[in-house]
Amino acid sequence: MSSVTAPAQSGVVGKFSNYLDERTSISGAVKEFGRKVFPDHWSFLLGEVALYSFVIILLSGSFLTFFFQASMTPVHYEGSYVPLKGIEMSAAMASTLDISFDIRGGLLMRQVHHWAALLFVASIGLHMLRVFFTGAFRKPRELNWSIGFVLFVLAMAEGFTGYSLPDDLLSGNGLRIIDGMVLGLPVVGTWITFLLFGGEFPGNDIVGRLYSLHILLLPAFVLIFIVLHLMFVIIHKHTQYPGPGKTEENVVGFPVLPVYAAKAGGFFFLVFGVVALIAATVTINPIWNYGPYDPSPVSAGTQPDWYIGFADGALRLMPPHLETYWFGYTWSWNIIIPVLVLVLFLAAAFAYPFVEAWVTGDKREHHLLDRPRNAPVRTAIGAAGVTFYAVLWAAASSDIIATHFKVTMEGVINTLQILLIIGPIIAFMVTKRIALALQKKDREILLHGFETGRIVRLPGGEFIEVHQQLDAYDRWQLVSYNDNAPIMLRPNPKGKITGGMRMRASLSRFFFEDRIAPVTENEYKLALEHSHH
Amino acid sequence: MRKNMSDNKAQRRRGRRGPIASVALILVGLVATGGAYAAFSSASANAAVDLTSPAVIEEGQKLFAANCATCHGQQAQGTENGPSLIGVGSAAVDFQVGTGRMPMQMSGPQAEQKPVQFTDEQTQALAAYVASLAPGPSIPTASQLEGGNVSNGGELFRINCAMCHNVAGAGGALTEGKYAPELTGVAAVHVYEAMLTGPQNMPVFNDLNLTPEEKKDIISYLSYIEENPSAGGIQLSNLGPVSEGLFLWIFGLGAIVALTVWITAKSN
Repeated sequence: MSSVTAPAQSGVVGKFSNYLDERTSISGAVKEFGRKVFPDHWSFLLGEVALYSFVIILLSGSFLTFFFQASMTPVHYEGSYVPLKGIEMSAAMASTLDISFDIRGGLLMRQVHHWAALLFVASIGLHMLRVFFTGAFRKPRELNWSIGFVLFVLAMAEGFTGYSLPDDLLSGNGLRIIDGMVLGLPVVGTWITFLLFGGEFPGNDIVGRLYSLHILLLPAFVLIFIVLHLMFVIIHKHTQYPGPGKTEENVVGFPVLPVYAAKAGGFFFLVFGVVALIAATVTINPIWNYGPYDPSPVSAGTQPDWYIGFADGALRLMPPHLETYWFGYTWSWNIIIPVLVLVLFLAAAFAYPFVEAWVTGDKREHHLLDRPRNAPVRTAIGAAGVTFYAVLWAAASSDIIATHFKVTMEGVINTLQILLIIGPIIAFMVTKRIALALQKKDREILLHGFETGRIVRLPGGEFIEVHQQLDAYDRWQLVSYNDNAPIMLRPNPKGKITGGMRMRASLSRFFFEDRIAPVTENEYKLALEHSHH
Repeated sequence: MRKNMSDNKAQRRRGRRGPIASVALILVGLVATGGAYAAFSSASANAAVDLTSPAVIEEGQKLFAANCATCHGQQAQGTENGPSLIGVGSAAVDFQVGTGRMPMQMSGPQAEQKPVQFTDEQTQALAAYVASLAPGPSIPTASQLEGGNVSNGGELFRINCAMCHNVAGAGGALTEGKYAPELTGVAAVHVYEAMLTGPQNMPVFNDLNLTPEEKKDIISYLSYIEENPSAGGIQLSNLGPVSEGLFLWIFGLGAIVALTVWITAKSN
């Protein structure tokens, strides 16, 4: 490593780094960042996968911009794909076909871009689930959860705008649904769609506008939020799972230089390799099948990409014929209600860390992660949310479920409608019980050790099974967690109990009423003495 | 085949022919059976059966009485269990029987495709009988099926067919358990007949609706996309974003998570 106090460096590398350091003082940053320690766990790499997918998207996307024409000017396709020869289409569609069939490496790049986009949102989703279920969003990381959430929404927006660019039948159908959803919003809906599409749908402007968003505004925002997100990771230091030697004050793991830099750098190429392999062998979005957009046809099996599926599912699950005519406007509840449900669902995901912090009243910093079982109600809420999302998601493929499992479409929809309400409740109860049962098991093992299977006959003729105490390493993991008890409802300094306080107390009861207290030191000593008898 | 072999043995015992002759004989037998099989299983449009000959019609009537009359009535006039077939034409019979949908296995939302129950000649005879009852759409000839304009066919397919059959002919769901079947692997003649007669839940596309020339274009488009699979690689059944999403979550993310586990595994 270079040093400011040692100007007499020998060797090319030494001289070069010295040159650099004397002009940039970079050694301080390298020293600080290079010594940053990161804990090793597979689930900590999911966010990294998202970051790498984004890099892949940027690279392949730049290639695509060289050839894509974001214009809805009608042209007659004269490229090499026979079944579309001579067909009238927009320049956007024709240039996408050229990328696919006439530009060397174009189809591979399109498929790399699209598969990496699917992976981008999927890895963000998985990363969010990891953060949620381990409580990594607790103080001081609530803001970073919010930033991450914004990234998730931006990623979906990036995906959707990209999906709409080729101006093929599928993307036009997707835009038509968005158009319909916006039109369904009372009073402002019609104005907004005319603003968005520059007149009556589909107009001549939308592809160009979405293109500006897709390659300029949204990526800029994604980049800014990624920088913020990573800055906070460095400021807060990384969380770690409870384990031997791991406390709230330290981080146990490997330093960035040389270990993590090498691992993470190599991992980038692994991710790139997986994406390239998939892109080279599996078709994605064959726009040549869909043909140019024409408002009249809608193909069977028209679906959005997976990450917008839950919104499509919400529309499909809405019972029909819910409309009222008020104040000279038609109120399409079959659109307003799904939109509200989706907004509320996303808002709940955004707000959860703040709600939990308020309910627990916990002002401490948390750098040790929760094992999901040690926060039964949070884990159960997460499971309910996942179930809710999954039902909406499944609903988006109701037609494909119907044909492939040979059931009726109405049966699929009705079942999912019921599951959307009941499923999360069942998931909540089952998950909470499982988490509590696992906690009980942990407590049992801590106090009485585990069964060795060794049966000993005592001199008096009694048979006992020998239990063996855990060693200190295993014990560490089982005892290090926070115990949250329901808060007491006490009057504030003015001697009053406000409605907000009541609500907080009842929420706190909901969270922590059923709980398995962690083993205290006394309990453990008593149990140990007992076992020696 | 077995008869050929036993003949061979008998002849060798008599010692009138050398071993090469036996091989040749087997070869002739194989070629004959294989050729006949190929001829039978190819599109029935070129089968040389005269649908107007009284002998064929009579044979068809017998087959009809034995296999179809229970539901469609002795004179094909229809019963409570099956529609009248007077005026449906030979095209409808060739489609329904030739694709194995008829005789129907059981009542359901629609007649399921199953292994074909009759030989090509029997199917033709049935078609001849039904066609003899009243004029109706007839089985298209080979010239009606080949050499259409692929890109016009693609556009017509997207406008008229894709909403049920999917843009790539992968099939799709209809209401109450009915569905539009996948179109890959369907013989051109059956596609034509389906457009002409509107089997099961399909609407009729008569010659005013889609001219014979346009029908030919659509068929040419379908055979083009069947013969030229996606340039992008595995097609995932052409089901669109659902199968792409499933593939990504299971194989893409599955592989990635496996790699994360591998890269963070502790060395022994």
